[in-house]
Amino acid sequence: MTTILDPTDERVPVRRALTARPESISGTVALLDISKPRGDVLIARLEEQLRERLPGVTFKHYAKPTFTKPAPEDLRRKIAEECGFVIEALAD
Amino acid sequence: MPLIEAAHHAFGDRMDVWAIGQDAEGNQRLVEQHKLTLPMLDDSALHTSFAYDIDTVPTVILANEHGEELERFVGFGKPDWQELYRRLIDVTRAPAPVVDWGDYPESRPGCGSKSVEPDIYARLAAEASDSPIRARRIEVGESDDVFEFMFEQGLTDGLPVVPPTPERVLRVLEGTKRDPQEVLGVVPPNLAPLTVEKAAINAVMAGCRPEYMPVVIAALEAILTDEFNMHGVLATTHFPTPVIIVNGPIRDRIGMNYRMNVLGQGNRANATIGRAVQLVVRNVGGGRPGEVDRAALGQPGKYTFCFAEFEERSNWEPLHVERGFKKEESTVTVFAGGAPTGFVDQLARDARTLANSYGKVLAAVSHPKHYNAGEIVVVVSPEHVDTIAKDGWSKAQFRAQIQEATKRPVRELVQDSELAEGIPPAAAEKLGLDTLVPKFRSDEMITLVVAGGEAGKFAAYLQGWVSGPMGSSMVTRKIED
Repeated sequence: MTTILDPTDERVPVRRALTARPESISGTVALLDISKPRGDVLIARLEEQLRERLPGVTFKHYAKPTFTKPAPEDLRRKIAEECGFVIEALAD
Repeated sequence: MPLIEAAHHAFGDRMDVWAIGQDAEGNQRLVEQHKLTLPMLDDSALHTSFAYDIDTVPTVILANEHGEELERFVGFGKPDWQELYRRLIDVTRAPAPVVDWGDYPESRPGCGSKSVEPDIYARLAAEASDSPIRARRIEVGESDDVFEFMFEQGLTDGLPVVPPTPERVLRVLEGTKRDPQEVLGVVPPNLAPLTVEKAAINAVMAGCRPEYMPVVIAALEAILTDEFNMHGVLATTHFPTPVIIVNGPIRDRIGMNYRMNVLGQGNRANATIGRAVQLVVRNVGGGRPGEVDRAALGQPGKYTFCFAEFEERSNWEPLHVERGFKKEESTVTVFAGGAPTGFVDQLARDARTLANSYGKVLAAVSHPKHYNAGEIVVVVSPEHVDTIAKDGWSKAQFRAQIQEATKRPVRELVQDSELAEGIPPAAAEKLGLDTLVPKFRSDEMITLVVAGGEAGKFAAYLQGWVSGPMGSSMVTRKIED
């Protein structure tokens, strides 16, 4: 028998249930641009289409400072506080 | 053995007299040969020998009723035994053992205890209750091939790894003065804390020797900074990987290569230091290709990419001095770089024309119409160093001429129907179509590092990635013991 030491972080990922998906969309939807080139073009077009289909819904724009790093904690918290939905989009 | 047996007969009803042997079969032979009646305890696991720090057998230890050692002597010494008997007679008031002292030599040296044989000592230290090791121990069954097991568990980069047994990890930990539980940083993408111990486990797997640990640790601390942005370097679809450049006296102390084939295979320190860093990102951070590592093509440097600068071969300031460190300090510099691309100039005989060649080649990095580029590393070989040195050019002069030679008018760089890449027309108008622009944002973006064999008028560039605060910046860190 050989004993080896675990080279990983030994953390068991916590399983979390997905938040229940609502039947319909209402309230505020976040449109998150990850700051890749032309992401703004994609988001603008998405918003245009969604506004037609969801007239009662408010859209708010957010952007990551750079696509190369995860979204900052403050930005994530702000989106969670202000919106019920989020659409994250990238383009190139 | 007869003297211990005699002590057992004389004092055994007033104190415990035990023999402790390190080999179960050998113990049995001794019992039969000397017709021993005293308790012969088996320490073939060597835990007792290790706990009492025995380095020679035989060792005789006198302990009190709490097991606390009062005295010991090693090897065989007739006066030692006679003194011991006198002391025991005093304490126990028992009659003296019957011994014919004429049968014994005055003294005889002992042999080395099994518990201090290097491999065994390392295992015992790893198993001891005060062992610095905290990592989970994984038992690999007799019928399993440990190399195959590590592949199956997804712990390797595709090449076999050295099994990180506790004794190997302890040995590698001896290469650093850092506490094994000290946290060096948080490894993306899982944002897992990295201890010195986990770094050592992965360093063992990579094939590192203990003396490489200070370099591995400094390189890991460097890539785990916000400036280097290991998350982005890992997650991008682009080519970069940590390129580790070592400067200072440690290069020779650990036998790094900075001469022939410097960017190639064959040197253990170069190969395994870079690999250890990669394995930490994979195993501790959970950064695996096809998962958070989204590289479209990747590059061979993602196995390992580490080399040293040939500081002595040029009059230029070495990289670490340029970056604010003392020449006698050892450092690692990490750069998010692509695979080396070689280029040739065999005919230039002066610094200016050679810099012009460099400029023409570097103008095409990434794409000939990509300008305003960030960091790049250029490895300059000794023969090119000599050409530049003839004119006495500094690094700054050489860099400036490279920049000059990359300059092109905006009209050649604007997006058009033949080449979609380039400067958007509106931006080009703003710049002015006849304006000459250089490839790099500033001269300082071009890092020149001297390395390579004596023959060959070649150089190699390592292209960068998104440079600066939006992506990754070069980071230099001092190597500490």
